[in-house]
Amino acid sequence: MAAAIEIQKLSKRYGDLLALDNIQLTIDTGEFFALLGPNGAGKTTLISILAGLTIASSGQAKIMGHDVVADYGQSRRKLGVVPQELVYDPFFTVRELLVIQSGYYGIRKNDAWIDEILYRLDLTRKADTNMRALSGGMKRRVLVAQALVHKPPVIILDEPTAGVDVELRQALWQFIKQLNRDGHTIVLTTHYLEEAEALCNRVAMLKQGKIVVLDSIRNLIKSIQGLTVQMRLSCEKLPAALQSWPTSSSEGFHYFKMENYPQIELLLAMLRQENIQVLEMQLQQPDLEEVFVKIMGAQSLETP
Amino acid sequence: MIGFYTLFYKELLRFWKVSFQTLLAPILSSMLYLLIFSHVLETRIQVYQGVAYTTFLIPGLVMMTALQNAFANSSSSLIQSKISGNLVFILLSPLSYLEIFLAYVCASVVRAIIVGLGVYGATLMLFDTPMAHPLWALLFVFTGSLLLGSLGIIAGIWSDKFDQLAAFQNFIILPLTFLSGVFYSIHSLPAIWQHLSHLNPFFYIVDGLRYGFLGVSDISPYLSLSVVVLFSGAVSWLTLWMLKAGYKIRH
Repeated sequence: MAAAIEIQKLSKRYGDLLALDNIQLTIDTGEFFALLGPNGAGKTTLISILAGLTIASSGQAKIMGHDVVADYGQSRRKLGVVPQELVYDPFFTVRELLVIQSGYYGIRKNDAWIDEILYRLDLTRKADTNMRALSGGMKRRVLVAQALVHKPPVIILDEPTAGVDVELRQALWQFIKQLNRDGHTIVLTTHYLEEAEALCNRVAMLKQGKIVVLDSIRNLIKSIQGLTVQMRLSCEKLPAALQSWPTSSSEGFHYFKMENYPQIELLLAMLRQENIQVLEMQLQQPDLEEVFVKIMGAQSLETP
Repeated sequence: MIGFYTLFYKELLRFWKVSFQTLLAPILSSMLYLLIFSHVLETRIQVYQGVAYTTFLIPGLVMMTALQNAFANSSSSLIQSKISGNLVFILLSPLSYLEIFLAYVCASVVRAIIVGLGVYGATLMLFDTPMAHPLWALLFVFTGSLLLGSLGIIAGIWSDKFDQLAAFQNFIILPLTFLSGVFYSIHSLPAIWQHLSHLNPFFYIVDGLRYGFLGVSDISPYLSLSVVVLFSGAVSWLTLWMLKAGYKIRH
């Protein structure tokens, strides 16, 4: 069976700027995949090429086995894209737009599915409202609905939660997770790394048009060695015996870095020996954000 | 086929929803032209033997209104979609460039025919407007608005902002229509201007429609039709090529 998305040696050049540099990436069907990277890393360019909005300078991309240029009719039928910009057509109501969008994909009489999307995105009451009259969050939901009218097996969301309130964000992710459980492949870009960590199974990190990391979230977090114990102690200054431990302190807290869990026991033993009491304690585990900062930071040191 | 039909229907709905602006206003302004010019010039000018100036003017005005609206429809729809960004919904869809072209052009032709018929119908209430060869008339409205609908797509795609579109409209389309013999027969012009007029494709459209209405024209309707079909074909081909290449819309 064909991969959901298959990208081979894909590059995009705008004048002197190499926006995408020899991208190689395969996303399997059923994956929940995150595309991460700072602004200008090439995430949106990559998505645009998959969607046919941008034409690659070299290389090729396929959606469910269909080339996005040579076989665009099929590749676009298999793909739903939620664009980053909050765009809408002010001439129409929500339902009119969804009926029209279905028609573009050659689908007539799509009412049952349109009703279901409207219901699941909590838009039913707004179905006959003109787009102009909707709030930003509502418009964002309509964008998601428009991307789903043709039941695409592959769904790409370009920063779907940017500027969206907490309630909608939760509801949106519930819906997207359901779609993933139903077998849709999901690719998303987001600036909220905790979202990617909570939802996705695999990530690619882009930097200056290159994929610098491609791995499962579990492996990435495992790759960050060690953990940090945050403590408030009964003494202000650390005794001499503890000076050798890698620590830092701020606002009355001491931070002890360690490689593994058994070292906690060692630390506690030393504190007991010095007669120091632990007043507060918290364990800080590495998260995706730490991985992200580490990788992006390391890379920027290499490139002057 | 459903894709083309849907986009065509959307384009019709778009101008229909603002029909005061897109249909009634042009009909009204054409009627004002007609009333004022006929009042001033009726007794002073006779272009063809036995044809009153007002009767001469009507087909020209019908065509001018049709052409301007054909151009306005596709060009303004495209530039609005480009600037507000919602063109992306068409670009994301599997619609082929041919379907996109046909949908925009057909909507332009429909709007042109509606306003053309509207102006013609309105004149019937006030004047005894002849219609010598209705099929010729329809043929010229059709091919003429096809040409202008295509030009509208080109202008809409090429323009990055409303100002550029307005320039296209005011510096190319408007002079070509006003100088195409809507208000006069080119036979009344000095020789050099007569020759120049023959280079203006809009002249053939207007003259051809006048043949349809009056049964007389400056040149043979067959020649006019050939020129208009040739121009429409060439401009359509260019438009299709731009759409296929994704010029200015797929980067």
